Amino acid sequence: MRNALLVAGREIGSYGRSLLGWAIGAAALLVEGVWFSANGLSGSRMSADVLREFFNGASGVTMIVAVLMSIPLLAGERERGTLVLLNTAPIRDVEIIVGKYLAALAMVALITLVSVYMPLLIFVNGKVSLGHVAVGYTGIVLLGSAALAIGMFTSAVSRSQVMAAILGGLLLAVMVTLWLVAKVTEPPVNGVLSGMALHHQRQFPFMTGVLKLENVVYYVAVTYFFLLAATKTLEARRWR
Amino acid sequence: MTKAFAVIEIVDLYKYYGERRAVGPLSFSIEAGEIVGLLGLNGAGKTTTLRILACDLLPSSGSVRVNGLDVVESPHEVRSLIGYLPDTPPLYGEMTVRAYLHFAARLRGLSKASADKRVPEVLEATALAEVQDQLIASLSHGYKQRVGIAQAIVHGPKLLVLDEPISGLDPVQIVEMRELLRSLKGEHTILLSSHILSEISETCDRLLVIRDGQIAATGTEAELSAKLLKNQRIDVTVRGDEEKAKEAASGVPGVVSVEAIDATEGGEGVIALRIESEGDTREAVCRALVTAGIGLLEVRRGERELESVFLELAGAETADGGSGAAPKKKRAGKKGAKKVRATAGEGDAGAKDATAEKEDGSGT
Repeated sequence: MRNALLVAGREIGSYGRSLLGWAIGAAALLVEGVWFSANGLSGSRMSADVLREFFNGASGVTMIVAVLMSIPLLAGERERGTLVLLNTAPIRDVEIIVGKYLAALAMVALITLVSVYMPLLIFVNGKVSLGHVAVGYTGIVLLGSAALAIGMFTSAVSRSQVMAAILGGLLLAVMVTLWLVAKVTEPPVNGVLSGMALHHQRQFPFMTGVLKLENVVYYVAVTYFFLLAATKTLEARRWR
Repeated sequence: MTKAFAVIEIVDLYKYYGERRAVGPLSFSIEAGEIVGLLGLNGAGKTTTLRILACDLLPSSGSVRVNGLDVVESPHEVRSLIGYLPDTPPLYGEMTVRAYLHFAARLRGLSKASADKRVPEVLEATALAEVQDQLIASLSHGYKQRVGIAQAIVHGPKLLVLDEPISGLDPVQIVEMRELLRSLKGEHTILLSSHILSEISETCDRLLVIRDGQIAATGTEAELSAKLLKNQRIDVTVRGDEEKAKEAASGVPGVVSVEAIDATEGGEGVIALRIESEGDTREAVCRALVTAGIGLLEVRRGERELESVFLELAGAETADGGSGAAPKKKRAGKKGAKKVRATAGEGDAGAKDATAEKEDGSGT
């Protein structure tokens, strides 16, 4: 764990010093702000609907932010030739993956939580429960965590950041649109596909303030699976 | 007398990339405290060998032990014992030199307190103290190379594995790097690679010439020269009649050829001769010239002699298309070396030809 935290500390510092981290953060807040203004503050609506709509937009932005944040973590290091420093140090592959994941998750969580002023604006003219806000953010962070793990896996298998971004985008798109495929398939396949979809069925309860354990477990499982795949990929490439 | 402890012990190492054999069969050992140069043309297998030693690559077969530990069975422990500098230093440009070295030290297992103590020592040893607060991205190539060495030694490893540490440095930086490497000799056993013999021959106790993934020759610079150079070359600068000087030099037993070359110094009647001979004929040539009434101004061994030994060992004949090209290569120097590097190592077949030619010819 010590080594993972060491790697995480360096990555967080790197995000802070690089243009990428700030640019992604600023762009995310801008898009979320525009979305909230256009969909939440226009017309007369129920406060809970405004909040749900905000979380809907924020969840999409968070998925993209998470993938963008994860791309440089391994493919970028491979391109720059710095991965060898980690590969030849007495640390385990899982520590490298976990360290980088924790750093990126911290950044995704930070960018997500900085937008909290928008839900709080609802209190000016309306009323929502703080629990709804907390559950909504929990869902977004869990979704970001899963998207981050997917991005880390594509970053681990790719030689270049461009390839990692393309693969990450494609895999994320497939995972998100599985519910559409489910619509045109028969039971029980449609149930499985719908249940595997990254956003639609799993994220909607969080947006409405409903915390279901099965959804939490789903996101944790997706995160674990792709982090494990990234670790095994790194392990295989290290010795190739 | 007790045998010195082998820090590196490689026995019958093979590494294949798919069907292509990059290394093997390769066997050698390096004893504690030695500084050894691994020489070979590009594609000869140097980097692959060093990456296996650094536990960055898995060998296909064979045994590689560092301090008695097998790199496959105990990679974690071996990594703790090694400081590795790849051909491109693994540097994070956005970090300051000090922060980067601190990170590298912690990564190699040093506690925060130990790293706090060790980093200033390493900054001092590698002459990086004055740039310690600069971002690595803003440093010159020479300084970046120093930072690369600093990260390799920051945890006080037993073994330093340096892949082309002198590559791309300017002459001043090369001198500084040689001094730095020599200063590390006492504390560490060092294995460093290069494709240019003259760059590291002064630094190393022993040279391992690698060709086609195998050791083609081993020994000190003098041993390799004595063993392999059929003809030695000396350049003499004299004042006097050119024909008379040539005649005097040609009469010395063992002298194969004498030719006039451009004199490096000016002056009336100053000429320079390049003499090829079997064995060392410097004393006899000097005596003959002086006896013939020729003023002797300077005598020195041919500058490119070392390089020609290396090119011969490294299989450059094959790359240039046969032994007939050898005299031209001997005059090619580094440019010639680059030319043959570009064509060498394109496949095993060519390398095997080189091996066969070597066995027929120079008998390494």
